[in-house]
Amino acid sequence: MIEPGVIWIVILGLGLTTYAIRFSFLGLLGGRPVPERLRRVLGFVPATVLPALIAPMVFTDGAGALAIDPPVAIAAGAAFLAAYLRQSTISGLLAGAAAFGVATAVV
Amino acid sequence: MDHASPPAPSAPTAAIGRRGFRAGVLAALPVLFAVGPFGLIFGVVAAESGLDLVATMTMSVLVIAGASQLAALQVLNDGAPAFVAILTGTIVNLRMAMYSASLALHWQGAPLRVRALAALALHDQSYGLALQRYGAMPSESLPDRIGFFFGVGLPTSTLWVIMTLVGATLGDQLPDSIDLSFVVPVTFISIAAPLMRGRANAVAAFVAATLSVLLAGVPFSLGLMLGAAAGIAAGLAVSTERTP
Repeated sequence: MIEPGVIWIVILGLGLTTYAIRFSFLGLLGGRPVPERLRRVLGFVPATVLPALIAPMVFTDGAGALAIDPPVAIAAGAAFLAAYLRQSTISGLLAGAAAFGVATAVV
Repeated sequence: MDHASPPAPSAPTAAIGRRGFRAGVLAALPVLFAVGPFGLIFGVVAAESGLDLVATMTMSVLVIAGASQLAALQVLNDGAPAFVAILTGTIVNLRMAMYSASLALHWQGAPLRVRALAALALHDQSYGLALQRYGAMPSESLPDRIGFFFGVGLPTSTLWVIMTLVGATLGDQLPDSIDLSFVVPVTFISIAAPLMRGRANAVAAFVAATLSVLLAGVPFSLGLMLGAAAGIAAGLAVSTERTP
């Protein structure tokens, strides 16, 4: 359970930083082009931040030790395959949910 | 501004083209099927995490960025302090700086208040569809280009908030026996997997994932940050090697 005081700080803080990121170039730089180097770094953000966020959820126990919950790992694998091969987020969600249902029924 | 000019009330319609707006709404329709489930998922996860309805709804209205909202809740559920959750969510949203920069190039001469409003509706779908449109119709007028963006942004953002409400209401009533442990990882994987096209992105993702698992015990989301930084460096190295 998350403390109410903590969640409100996070809501306001994340709301502010997110708006600042969105407004950044649109508001302050006008139409000036982004430096090529920065553009390339930002281009790799989605492909690295999301995997770095997900991998510990699937492969660790949350406290740093390697561990796997088989139904979750099976659901994760199915979601990855479906979303990657079909290049579709919805396919991944459906495959992941279905695989989790089957895996928990079997295990 | 000329205070004597009579058609002052029409100024907003001049800034936001109606034809473009209508085209944007039409283009947004298929995307709504992708936005809706995320709103639902966030609402359910927020309720399961113990957020009350006001907090859940405020978060969806103020932040309007599902992946970062889920990420912040995830680290809070793991016991991290508030600043770590803000930092984690902020890092997840850094990609939007790129969207902001790219959109600014297509919006030269747009009024500041229009740009300030557009920042609220700037997310993966509105950016992606707008850039597709600008590429396909390079001669479209600035008001219609702006209109198209808001035509996508308004219905998608509205649905995001409505589906959060549905999810939060539903989540409160779900019996505890339903196991939702798969929802957050499966959602993130489904967002991330389509992004891993090409060798550089795949290498970057692999390095980031491996390092973050090895550093999972390090406090303050440092494993996430170091993993992502190493992944970006690896991706840059691989793509530089390929294009001399």
